[in-house]
Formats: sequence, C-alpha cells, structure tokens
Amino acid sequence: MSGRILPLALEGVTLKIDGRRLIDKITLTLDAGPLTVVMGPNGAGKSLLMRLCHGLIKPTKGSITWQGSPGVWPGERQTRVFQKPVVLRRSVLANVEYPLKLRGVDANERKVRAREALERTGLGDIAMSPARVLSGGEQQKLAIARAWAMEPEVLFLDEPTANLDPAGTRDVEDLVRAVHGAGTKIIMTSHRTDQVRRLASEVVFIHKGRLIEKGPADAFLDTPQSAEARAYLSGELLV
Amino acid sequence: MNDFSSGLLDAFRLIVTLDPDLVEIIWLTIRVSLLAVTIAACIGLPLGAVLAITRFPGRTAVVVALNSLMGLPPVVVGLIVYMALSRVGPFGVLGLLFTPTAMVIAQTLLVLPIIAAVSRQVLSDLWLEYREQLISLGARHSQSIATLIWDARYQLMTAVLAGFGRAIAEVGAVMIVGGNIDHATRVMTTAIALETSKGNLSLAIGLGAILVCLALIVNGALFLLHPRRTVTP
Repeated sequence: MSGRILPLALEGVTLKIDGRRLIDKITLTLDAGPLTVVMGPNGAGKSLLMRLCHGLIKPTKGSITWQGSPGVWPGERQTRVFQKPVVLRRSVLANVEYPLKLRGVDANERKVRAREALERTGLGDIAMSPARVLSGGEQQKLAIARAWAMEPEVLFLDEPTANLDPAGTRDVEDLVRAVHGAGTKIIMTSHRTDQVRRLASEVVFIHKGRLIEKGPADAFLDTPQSAEARAYLSGELLV
Repeated sequence: MNDFSSGLLDAFRLIVTLDPDLVEIIWLTIRVSLLAVTIAACIGLPLGAVLAITRFPGRTAVVVALNSLMGLPPVVVGLIVYMALSRVGPFGVLGLLFTPTAMVIAQTLLVLPIIAAVSRQVLSDLWLEYREQLISLGARHSQSIATLIWDARYQLMTAVLAGFGRAIAEVGAVMIVGGNIDHATRVMTTAIALETSKGNLSLAIGLGAILVCLALIVNGALFLLHPRRTVTP
C-alpha cells in the first residue's frame, strides 16, 4: 500500500451542536496496528467521534490530521460501515462493485475484486441475489465486504453488531478479525464489554464527549484507571 | 340500447379488420404520447433528482410550484402553447401550430410536472436512506443522482406511466394546438369527441375500447418487468 495515512491525530477536537458540547476537547492519536475499540455508554459521543474521524462532519474547534496529508481528507484510503447497513437495491455482487465503479476501477478488475471480497466474507454463494432480501447479519457482512473490496488502510465500524442476534454477531466479529488480520486498521465503536474483551487490543473510553482513558485492552478491562471506567465495567448505570 | 350494441359490433369489426383510418389514428396517438413522455422523462427525472438532493435558495418554492402544476388543466396548457405558436406568438415563425409537433410540446408540458414531482418525492425518501453512505463511499453529486434513479427505477417507472396515462387520455390541449385535422393531427381522444358529437358511435366506441386496452397493456408490461412481480415494491 502506498502513502500511509496513519497515524490519525486529533488535537483538541470539539463539536458543538445547538450550543451543546457533544465532543469535548478530545486529543488522541490512533496508530497502525492494534484493533481499536471506542467504548462508552450510549450517548457518550462514540458515533460522532467516528463521523468526525471519517470526515463526514467537521469539528467546531480543533483539528483532525491524517499523516502526510494535513487538511486533506484521504477518502480513498479509509471507509466506514454503518450501524444499520445501507445496501443498494441491486445484487450482492453489484453492491460490492459499486464503490469500485465510483473510483473508476475498470469492469474486469472490479468483478474480480468484488468476487474475492465476497468469497473471503462467505457470501460467494449468494453473489447474484438481490441484496435487499438478505438478513440483517448478511447485510452487515455485505457492507463489510463492500468496504473490504476497497482495500482501505483504515476501516471505521459503527456498532456493527448492534442489531444482530448472537450468530450474526459471531459472524461479523470473525469477519472484523479477518479484515484486521489482513492488514486493515480497525476502529470500531461498541458499548458491550464482552465484545470489547473478545475483539479489542486497544480501548478508547469516552464519556459525555470527553476522553477518559486510552490504553491496551487487557489493562483497561482488568485495572481501569478512572472512576467512570470502573463504574461502567462493573455494570453500574453510568449516566 | 340498440345503438349501443350495434355500435359495439361495428367497433369490433373496425378493430379486427384493422380499419386504415383507425390504425392511422392509433399510430399517431401512440407516437405523440410516447415522444412527449420520453422528452418529459429525460427532463423530469434528473430535475426531480436534483430537487431531491440539492439545497438552494428558493427550492421550496420550486417544489410547491411543481406540485401545483401537476393539476394543470390541459385546456390552459393548450391555450398557452397555442398563443406561443400562433403566427403572432414568439414562436410563430416556426409554423408548428396544428402539427403533431405542437401536440408533443403541449403534452410534454402537461406530463413534465407529474414526472418531476413524483420522482422528486420518491428520490427524496431514498436519498434520506442513502445520503451518508453514498457520500462516505465517495460518490459525487452526479454519481449520486444516477444511483438514486437506478435504484428507484420501478417506482420511477410508475411515475412515467402515470405521465403516459395523462398524455394519452388528455383531449383539451391536443384539440386546441392540433386542431383535430383528419389524417394530420387527429388522435384517439379528439376523434372520440368528434365522432360522439356527430353521433357516429361505432368508431367512438372502438377507439375508446382500444384506449382502455392500451392502458391495460402498458400496466401489464410494467407489472411483468418488476422482478418480484408484486404490486407494491
């Protein structure tokens, strides 16, 4: 891969909407390597942080910088999978081909890369099915396959298993691990401790829009440093 | 009642023997309406899409105007096109009044608001769902418009079909700008109006039956085109 975009550096990032401070002076560096999970209770600002990093919204204050491209959004090298997958009204294969087509990849290469991505995600058998009739878990796998086919350096996943049953959750988690193993940096959000334990190698814990803790997953889960994280991990209702 | 049954019988005879006058009228009707709907769709679908996904000052006014234009009375459109194309009008030099071209222009103006307004509504709903994902995947505006139109194709076909229905069934506008001239600008609706007032019911009934059949055929074809063959998508 040419032109690495990591590390991603956030410097005093603040987001205000209607006078409410939803993200509050977050300073943070995310580097290549660990599978990073942004953790925190609902409404902590996990999704907003994700959207800020992905570049869909601009911070009110502060800066978000990708390595080697200050002020430039490296849209080609990073992509995002949504909590509720948005699949286009066309075949599974055509869904995976779609972003490649947007990027001007020629038709033959597009087919090959999309096929590969579907095989890797176990969706090869239903490549020609209409995507809208798939189950929620399959749609989420399709969304990940679509992102994977773009061969991104960074993949943002926003609560990818929020709407799934245990089997679907297991499939998607396996897939996330596989994408990470293939060399793509994963930055995902989750509010589930069990999921963080299974997947994460690095945890970023946020609460009320502020960064509370960041560190290796094991250390964070076993000996959290902050009162908020201790309360959250012990199952208290952190509000 | 006797008139009615003998009219039906005559109508049936005209249809099965492919009466040349009848065929000529049907052919002109289909040509004029198809061309009008094609032009209106080529303008209306992208227009609807642009209104669905862009925000600019005065957009709401345009949308409200478009929605009201859906109910535009055909005779008013006929009158406007008539004035524009008449010898003293701005386009009089083109000599288009009382030609099929004038009828196509009038029907295009009638159908355009329907196609644009309905497609805007359909595409707005879809855009709400797709917006963030398409932007995230790096789609430019023009690419988003193409994606929306393709993914909403079945609903949009219904919009185009509604336009075709209005065009082919409409009588006021084509009567005014076409003049219902025999062998030149006579279409099914104007012929039905004329034959009925002349008391020549058989041709009127024959044409009416074919008009209804056309509507059924077009709708049936659309139904079969739909992959899941359900009425609601």
